[in-house]
Amino acid sequence: MSAQPENLIAGPPPEEPAAPARTRPGQRRPDLWTVVTLTVAAILALPVLVVFAHVFIPATEVWLHLRETVLADYVINSLILMLGVGVGVLLLGVPAAWLVSLCDFPGRRVFEWALLLPLAVPAYIIAYTYTGLLDFAGPVQTQIRAWTGWGWGDYWFPQIRSLPGAVVMLSLVLYPYVYLLSRAAFLEQSVCVLEVSRTLGVGPWGGFRRVALPLARPAVITGLSLALMETLADYGTVEYFGIPTFTTGIFRTWFGLGDPAAAAQLAGLMMTFVLVLIVLERYSRRRARFHHTSGRYSRLPRYRLSGWHRAGAVLVCVLPIALGFVIPALQLGQWALDTTDVWMRPEFLRLVWNSISLAGIAAVLAVVLALVMAYGKRLRPSLAVNAAVRVAGMGYAIPGTVIAVGVILPFAWIDNTVDGFMREHFNVSTGLILSGSLVAVIFAYCVRFLAVSLQTVEAALTKIKPSMDDAARSLGMGPVMVLRRVHMPIMRGSLLTALLLVFVDVLKELPATLILRPFNFNTLAVRAFELASDERLADSASAALAIVLAGIIPVILLSRTISRSRPGHDTPA
Amino acid sequence: MRTHRIITTVLLMSLALLPGILPAQGEVNVYSARQEALIKPLTDRFTEETGIRVNIVSARADALLQRLRSEGRNTPADVLVTVDAGNLHNAREAGVLQPVRSGILEAAIPASYRDPDGYWYGLSMRARPILYVKGKVDPQQLSTYEDLADPKWRARICVRSSSNVYNQSMTASMIIAHGEEAAEAWARGLTANLARPPQGGDRDQIRAAAAGQCDIVIANTYYLGQMHEGDESDRRAAEAIGVFWPNQDDRGVHVNISGAGVTAHARNRDNAVRLLEFMAGDEAQQWYARANQEYPVKPGVRWSDTLAGFGEFEADGVNLGLLGAHNAAAVRLMDRAGWR
Repeated sequence: MSAQPENLIAGPPPEEPAAPARTRPGQRRPDLWTVVTLTVAAILALPVLVVFAHVFIPATEVWLHLRETVLADYVINSLILMLGVGVGVLLLGVPAAWLVSLCDFPGRRVFEWALLLPLAVPAYIIAYTYTGLLDFAGPVQTQIRAWTGWGWGDYWFPQIRSLPGAVVMLSLVLYPYVYLLSRAAFLEQSVCVLEVSRTLGVGPWGGFRRVALPLARPAVITGLSLALMETLADYGTVEYFGIPTFTTGIFRTWFGLGDPAAAAQLAGLMMTFVLVLIVLERYSRRRARFHHTSGRYSRLPRYRLSGWHRAGAVLVCVLPIALGFVIPALQLGQWALDTTDVWMRPEFLRLVWNSISLAGIAAVLAVVLALVMAYGKRLRPSLAVNAAVRVAGMGYAIPGTVIAVGVILPFAWIDNTVDGFMREHFNVSTGLILSGSLVAVIFAYCVRFLAVSLQTVEAALTKIKPSMDDAARSLGMGPVMVLRRVHMPIMRGSLLTALLLVFVDVLKELPATLILRPFNFNTLAVRAFELASDERLADSASAALAIVLAGIIPVILLSRTISRSRPGHDTPA
Repeated sequence: MRTHRIITTVLLMSLALLPGILPAQGEVNVYSARQEALIKPLTDRFTEETGIRVNIVSARADALLQRLRSEGRNTPADVLVTVDAGNLHNAREAGVLQPVRSGILEAAIPASYRDPDGYWYGLSMRARPILYVKGKVDPQQLSTYEDLADPKWRARICVRSSSNVYNQSMTASMIIAHGEEAAEAWARGLTANLARPPQGGDRDQIRAAAAGQCDIVIANTYYLGQMHEGDESDRRAAEAIGVFWPNQDDRGVHVNISGAGVTAHARNRDNAVRLLEFMAGDEAQQWYARANQEYPVKPGVRWSDTLAGFGEFEADGVNLGLLGAHNAAAVRLMDRAGWR
């Protein structure tokens, strides 16, 4: 295989799309691409919009009650959580990414993929395991008390079930997004830039701080925004830790106070956080362009680290892997051995198969839809298309349960309308066609995880120089042909990345699956959660461990894809 | 093209996922807010006995209710199984249940554990008593839930978050007994007496108490019961804990139920009623007591040894449906009282 041209993983679209193969001048009526893109975006935005429609119901006195009592807590806690996780994922993700991409030290080849492993651990599971370990009644503190003879109140130990605890838990499982995207960015950075910086006498630290990091900023921020959206949508961890945030507030208002309108208004407020995030991200790179100009690659000699630099590098990589993966996995493994989960064994393979096939289908669909939308946006960058694509990508920050309700309402309405029509005119009942089927489940996944595939695909498309489109079009190819024959081969790495990311995300997804699935249909996440939510942590361990194990394979594949994407990775040094 | 092949493979794979589309004759469809592990063994026995297949979806009660409501007359569900009387009450109010008259059910289930019009029937019972650390608290000092708001218990109580429906129902029962104002004052007092901010589940409170973090816990009986049957460390924690039945001189200890109702548009209505009758039968009632440490609702069915060890008690006789009616008020006053 020869060196592929810029097989880029991530990085953002510039704010003024590079509009290749633009609409012919004078063409007014909406064309096929615009219509298709808008339609796909509208369908995917439907659940989000359905929930938002509640916002226009006039504020009830429940809203007043919330404002007077708990709203400030929700806002402050959510902000602190996002701030903390933001700092956490950057500190864990970026240095590690740079070290494994550009330096040489013992274990680097293992760290490269192992740093992604925490991605396979669902946030609520890591929260459960660490609580089991570090809680006052857990083995660690019990051991300390046994050694010292101290009792409650005699010594200080960090409270695991607290806001800082939640920050640590979420950072540990979400930093791989930042790691993944910044590593891809470091790898793809034109070797020339780095070589030039070296000839100018810039050392490893300076190269990182003054060249690599600023160049990688868009990718880092994309990873950061994914991690923060996931943080906002998290329910399991904050609920278990008893922290009042937007998500717990939405549930409490909707189901405890029985007021969907006020809950939707909370969700609306939460979405403004996301909008601010998006605006900040756009603003942070307002003038920048990130096309690469050099097509020449050669292997860049890595910085050889020695002495305490080397030890420090190893530590920076070992810490997140140990805390985010090894310790929880060992604890789960021990629990799984301790408990005999008799009733679940015969159908265990079935659970694995359900999880994997669902994740596979959803991943393919999410990537195809993202491709359609991103390409539509590239071809016809109008205000309407841009806005529609943005809205369709917002589902990622919305808790799965809220999405599920947003799916149930329109689907059931369609089913009942079709059924009513058929009964009236043909005297047959069609019953429920969409609701309660896997179509609904997969649709919800697409809504929820489109942002992941969309961001990755969009970033990759932006990196392809518009002149390529123009050249291909001038040779007589249609837009679809250009996409298939030119863009898709170039973006292969990114497409695979998007595919695997969505796959792992769906594998871990819980609330939407729980509510929307058909009869007798279970997945690993459902099984793990049902037992854990009944406070039977140990019993849930085998299913939880299976999710983690099933997630490892795609995660390793992911890492290989990225390594391969390195320009010149296979040219002789 | 390779991509084509992948897509085709995935689409073909998806065929394997299609659920059984045709409604077979002998079946009954259940939406269950109890997790599958706590209902499947029973429905398996039901299938063995009657030949009627049971299909289950389990999820959160509120989400299932939402699903039932939007599916309307086309819903495939015949039975709704859920925990907490508040949820059953909400389901009736939402119009997704239908009244059922059955001599078997009425004979087996005492009136306070079922809807007066037959919309829902309680199938198992749990109490939420006061638990204390043996040796640190003299049970003579304990009396009522109301007393837990007294400053003498400052920094000695552990209880979980008020987002949990068990606490919401308990507070609703307080509203029914004393009115909203008094209930709010009680919630304030209780919150002030907490040893730590509410966190974790009921078992976590028991573990924390056994480890010395607090002296008094409010938790459901089956959690303590299950810990007695659990692993080494859980057993030791449970051994350290005593059960105190509060309010025995007035309204009785706060109890709640798990229960079920037949849906308004059930297509397999007869099978649904048969399933309910089976779950109220001796065998199923004993299973609840044994497998999940819940109290049978049917009088005369033997309790598990662990439950019997907790002793007999007088239960709050309030109609459990009322708890649901006061749920929103309970959530609000807990918000105001600062009970997280």
